[in-house]
Amino acid sequence: MNGIQSDLLNALPEIFVLVMAMFILILDLFLKSENRIAIFLLSQITLLGAAFITIFTYTGGVGYSFSGMFVDDPLANAVKLMIYLSTSIMMFYTRSYISLRGMFRGEFYSLILFAMLGMMIMVSGQHFLTLYMGLELLSLCLYSLVAMDRDNFHATEAAMKYFVLGALASGMLLYGMSMLYGATGSLNITDVANALQNNAQDHPVLILGLVFVVAGLAFKLGAVPFHMWVPDVYQGAPTAITLFIGSVTKLAAFVFVVRLLVQGLSVLVVDWQGMLIIMSVLSIALGNVTAIAQTNIKRMFAYSTISHIGYLLLGILSYSPTNPNGIAAAMFYVASYVLMTLAGFGMILLLSRKGFEAENIEDLKGLNQRSPWFAFMMLITMFSMAGVPPTLGFYAKFSVLQSALQAGFVWLVVYAVLMAVIGAFYYLRIVKVMYFDEPLDHHEIRNYPEMNMVLSANALGLLILGLMPQRLMDICAYVVVRSLQ
Amino acid sequence: MSVFPTLTLSIWVPIFSGILVLFTGDDKNAKAARWFALVGSIVSFLVTLPLYTGFNFSDGGFQFQEGFQWIPSFNINYHLGVDGIAVPLILLTSFTTVIVVIAGWEVIQKRVAQYMASFLIMSGLMIGVFSSLDAILYYVFWEAMLIPMFLVIGIWGGPNRVYATIKFFLYTLLGSLLMLVAFIYLYSQSHSFELIDFYQIRLPMNVQILIFLAFFMAFAVKVPMWPVHTWLPDAHVEAPTGGSVVLAAIALKLGGYSFLRFSMPIAPDASHYLSGFMITLSLIAVVYIALVALVQKDMKKLIAYSSISHMGFVTLGFFIFNPLGMEGAIVQMISHGFISSAMFLAVGVLYDRMHSRQIADYGGVVNSMPKFTAFAVLFAMSNAGLPGTSGFVGEFMVILGAIQANFWYAFLASTTLIFGAAYTLWMVKRVFYGDIANSHVAELVDVNHRELLILVLLSILVLGLGLYPQALTEMTHATVNQLLEHMTHSKLPASI
Repeated sequence: MNGIQSDLLNALPEIFVLVMAMFILILDLFLKSENRIAIFLLSQITLLGAAFITIFTYTGGVGYSFSGMFVDDPLANAVKLMIYLSTSIMMFYTRSYISLRGMFRGEFYSLILFAMLGMMIMVSGQHFLTLYMGLELLSLCLYSLVAMDRDNFHATEAAMKYFVLGALASGMLLYGMSMLYGATGSLNITDVANALQNNAQDHPVLILGLVFVVAGLAFKLGAVPFHMWVPDVYQGAPTAITLFIGSVTKLAAFVFVVRLLVQGLSVLVVDWQGMLIIMSVLSIALGNVTAIAQTNIKRMFAYSTISHIGYLLLGILSYSPTNPNGIAAAMFYVASYVLMTLAGFGMILLLSRKGFEAENIEDLKGLNQRSPWFAFMMLITMFSMAGVPPTLGFYAKFSVLQSALQAGFVWLVVYAVLMAVIGAFYYLRIVKVMYFDEPLDHHEIRNYPEMNMVLSANALGLLILGLMPQRLMDICAYVVVRSLQ
Repeated sequence: MSVFPTLTLSIWVPIFSGILVLFTGDDKNAKAARWFALVGSIVSFLVTLPLYTGFNFSDGGFQFQEGFQWIPSFNINYHLGVDGIAVPLILLTSFTTVIVVIAGWEVIQKRVAQYMASFLIMSGLMIGVFSSLDAILYYVFWEAMLIPMFLVIGIWGGPNRVYATIKFFLYTLLGSLLMLVAFIYLYSQSHSFELIDFYQIRLPMNVQILIFLAFFMAFAVKVPMWPVHTWLPDAHVEAPTGGSVVLAAIALKLGGYSFLRFSMPIAPDASHYLSGFMITLSLIAVVYIALVALVQKDMKKLIAYSSISHMGFVTLGFFIFNPLGMEGAIVQMISHGFISSAMFLAVGVLYDRMHSRQIADYGGVVNSMPKFTAFAVLFAMSNAGLPGTSGFVGEFMVILGAIQANFWYAFLASTTLIFGAAYTLWMVKRVFYGDIANSHVAELVDVNHRELLILVLLSILVLGLGLYPQALTEMTHATVNQLLEHMTHSKLPASI
């Protein structure tokens, strides 16, 4: 097999998604609005096809393409599969919501697919520019998705805020990358890592570059003190888009952090570890405490995301070059987090109907009387987010705490645990309104049957994976070990 | 370990019958839900009986062991096994579940299937706690049990139920999470979550103390010991009768049991070192909380405080480290399971008729409910420690054990015989005797067959354990001796 073929083979899923996204964009021009369901189906087929390609081109090894700018390793493959799955779930959840709000258009699906392509490139980027390109592709799609309901004042405001702060963060990231380039003489992550190994580590500009890179990453993750955009964007964006921003993109952001900090700058682990500790401590505290005061459920989820990011960082910061366990724990955490968030927002979408946005915690009141089944699904989701066994969320917290304790951060672990109790309060409040209060709203809960099925499978999955989490843990541990050698 | 999976069945039969009950749907099928639940709970009880009949009384170790690898990457196993301390508690759990199902038969009219299912599932989870030999498995059951309890208090509870149930959940969660940190720390030492491996770890004193305190946070909240007891009166008062019964009869025992299972064998040196502290807290509970109980106006609150006071005896018995005290404490746990269930059920019987728990609303109940009063007085006497009832045996053994340790411990502990009698009998006097307080009391209807059945069953047990405690002590004897023997060996690292 000659060079260009293997180059393309490694990037085959990306190429496929790109072609399909453009095809959908064009096809939409020729479709009547009553046939638009075809776009939805085609998008789902695209995801399925991409998953097939990813699985069948999987070699188990690490392959580089395009002069080492692009990498095809088990970590990238596993995370891409998770991205397809969660995007697919997200599309199932949002169909009725967007069609009732006049957003069921071809652009929606092609923007989602382009955003997903951006994530796939981020996940496979082995070069500062590839990573940056993927990030920008993702971000630009998200800005337009947030603003898609263009007559909605809040959505437009959220899009502007997101765009300005996002651009600032991208700028910081790029600035940091340029300093790293100055210090090491390369933009390729492998070369940067090698250069740092070979005594370039005393360069003063290096630490400055690192600070900018970490700040940029923290912006994208939404970690305190760079979290300001999160609540506003979560609340302002249409719920369908909040679901996408809140769940799937965190997978890509996680790999982005791993590529930059762990693969590129692992020599500087002591330096970035300190920064991550501060961000983790602040995120956990601010996220959990502020979430208590929220009445808007989307905003509450925003703060809950911030606290989850804090726990995720706890896993990443327990990394040491000799022991990559923390990264596997963080990956497990992010995968669990995505599943929980999907189910949580899925429930909000389920309760919304034409002319009614389920946005406030009150809207969940008495759900147990309206629909015991979905109340139970939300119950599982909430206890999973709170980290109560026997749900998946418990093992997510358990594995990051275990890795942090192994790395010697005993007091950090105790702190994180105490904060988890505060966090449990606002999840319990959701359970409380669902089960203990009388319903305010007596509309029948109706949606497409496939959404009901996917949502039930999603929430029950949290319970079933909580009873047998071994397989997912194994996958995370395996890909991390294979990819970070 | 290919034996008949008695323990697995004991855990999962109630859980699956609970799920089955849930599928009967809404209140249109309430009757089906009740009968399913009754059959499920009786089958679950029968399934646990082989634990008693097949038990080897001379073996103090773990019996009926079974298991398989569950999460190999953390070396977590589904490992079950019971010893002489766990078996009586498991039987108590499965028996109490039957009682609770019968007690809620007519009283619960709203969302019956969910109510019955919660108790069945909770029963399975609590049996899981008593039979886990793997720390994470134990933890999963321990925490999962909170979810149905949270719902039971919150859905079917009294007016202030939301406050009470959230307080209950958060208090317990706080303690449990610290215990989880301790487990993870122990795992980092032994690379296994097996209890038997935890027992072998040698730890320096300061670490042992920290571990002990982390466990203490979890278990003391559950027991509950003074000063972390404040969730209990709230939870008891607001919970429906079934919820109070399960809380008092079983949930509190989880804490006591766990001291024996975790704190003492894992951190024996710290247990000895901190025994003064533990005994002090226990005696405060015994004396001070008994005085608090004396001034309660609400019957359920009074029994709740009496529970805390009686559980003080349990922790006192554990931490004086002699066989008499420890066995007495175990007898006390079981006996308190019967007596507190019976007391809460008796209050439930009155509450269902009068919708009031205030002592002041009653008076002269004996005139309209003579049969009921006879049983209520028996249970009250037993709560006060009348010889011949189960309440006497446990307290007497603990006091005898305490005398061996220190005269003043025994002296303070025995004041409970006075205070306990005072608050119980004073309540009995005000509620059951005296003049008929008002027209509602005069119109009270005596117990029906269903209520009579429960009261008869419980009174047989209370008297049975009081007259023939050997049935219990011969079971716990070997295990207690083995535990105390284990604790005489210091686990401090050998000095080099």
